[in-house]
Amino acid sequence: MLGHGVGLALGAWLPLWQVDTQALWLTLRLAAITTMILLLIAVPLAGWLTLERRPGANSPGGRRLRSLVETVAMLPLVLPPTVLGFYLLVLLGPHTGVGRVLTGLIGHPLAFSFGGLVVGSVLYSLPFALQPLTAGFAQVRPELLEASALLGAGRLRTLYAVVLPLARRSLLAAAVLSFTHTIGEFGVVLMLGGDIPGRTRTLSIALLDQVQDANYTAANQTALLLLAGSALVLMVVYWGNPRGVVNQWQNRWTPRKTTSPDREARLG
Amino acid sequence: MAEQVSAGPASHEALTEEEHAAMDRASAGISRNHRHETPLLSVQLTYGVPRTDVYGECDPEELHLQVEFTLTQRRNVLFGPSGSGKTTLLRLLAGLLQPASGSIVLGGLTLTGTAAGVALPPGRRSIGYVTQEPALFPHLSVEANIAFGLHGLPRSVRRARVSGLLETFALESLACRMPLRLSGGERQRVALARALAPEPALLLLDEPFTGLDVPLRERTTLALERYLEARDTLVLAVSHDVAEVYASGAEVLLLEAGRIAAQGPAHQVLAPHRERLLRQLGAAALADPRLSGSGGG
Repeated sequence: MLGHGVGLALGAWLPLWQVDTQALWLTLRLAAITTMILLLIAVPLAGWLTLERRPGANSPGGRRLRSLVETVAMLPLVLPPTVLGFYLLVLLGPHTGVGRVLTGLIGHPLAFSFGGLVVGSVLYSLPFALQPLTAGFAQVRPELLEASALLGAGRLRTLYAVVLPLARRSLLAAAVLSFTHTIGEFGVVLMLGGDIPGRTRTLSIALLDQVQDANYTAANQTALLLLAGSALVLMVVYWGNPRGVVNQWQNRWTPRKTTSPDREARLG
Repeated sequence: MAEQVSAGPASHEALTEEEHAAMDRASAGISRNHRHETPLLSVQLTYGVPRTDVYGECDPEELHLQVEFTLTQRRNVLFGPSGSGKTTLLRLLAGLLQPASGSIVLGGLTLTGTAAGVALPPGRRSIGYVTQEPALFPHLSVEANIAFGLHGLPRSVRRARVSGLLETFALESLACRMPLRLSGGERQRVALARALAPEPALLLLDEPFTGLDVPLRERTTLALERYLEARDTLVLAVSHDVAEVYASGAEVLLLEAGRIAAQGPAHQVLAPHRERLLRQLGAAALADPRLSGSGGG
């Protein structure tokens, strides 16, 4: 009797949860993997773009190469996502050289697969990881980079022992922006991945499906979940950093306790 | 006129007080400053391009440095008016700038040689460099700042070096302090200790004690000299403080407009240039009796 009642109650309530759980899980997985890969790529890239102090690094040739790389990396910011998705679809499909090599390596072309989505997401969110990092790295005083170099640190050690600790807010901003931007991605995913449940259907695509099916209850839940999730992430970040993250790319080291005015006056 | 008269006695007193300590150091310094047969450092370089402007009226914007000198003593002072290229020269030696042409040889090791395409990175030159504004790592404690250059050495060696330097510069109680919570003098001592930790063959000092008051500067200089006594570190210190240059007993390199104008003991180098130096240095130097030329010994 009792069990039957519980079952009835659950049966009555469960249909209220109409979010595509499979798509939700896939979206989170995609965002997490993309963020990790992006940080691995964007940190050294931002270091190369901003910290290079070698002689000759500021030669016209070096500067030109850097602005070229930066242009390419920033392109997804202004490009329609469908354009990026289209070219990736062609490139990663089974008929190109790249596609054939990949098919030989992993057994299937990357287009219309989760791996393809990761590649697309990394490229599409690269500006969002790169921008805060380059802005933060550029704020590190050049004297500190020189001090590090004078004390025998190579470029890699300067990056992880001096620059990253000082630009840790930028690192957090880069991670948060990459993660949330990947969750909200639509055009590239649809172009490159199609809409295969369990493989390439992310939450934002599921939302489109639900609307097309005129299932507004499900669509509403999905949209609300995406909204709440994004708001929550930003809120946690702002709580951790009261000065903000996205607009505080000019992060400078601040002491845990601010020095009193008279002390500052004495230090002059 | 009235202002000068009233200011006279005060500055004179300050100088005589400073002189005492300075003279002590001078006598100690001279006896320590042996002349070596082989050059400890030989430098021959040019930097920057002499720019001729079309109107022939303005000075060229960029400094054109063309120097050639060898150091045979341990204690050396680079003396010159501001804008003469002192900092540029130090940065060239440290490898933070690359010369247009020339070579830098430190104790038999070629640091820079444009002919052979040699340009050792700053960290592999065995050079300690202390700038006027100490650039301490703000996210690292005093201890960690000093230990930064000891990366890769055994832990016991690192510990010993750091604790030795903390003691030398009276920083023991500040070992765990963050740089932002240090006074100006403390910061400079940490910067000095950090530069000395890897035991460099050449120590470059770009007026690191300028901002400090006289007693503090004396104490820090003394601590540094005591530390260097046991070592054969070559020192090249920038200064435009005449009293300090005389007191140090060091070999003086006079740098003017990117050229080495003279080299030798202070009284030899500075006396012939007295008139010009006085004009450049202003009234502060007028009170210094040692600049009259008769005081040189």
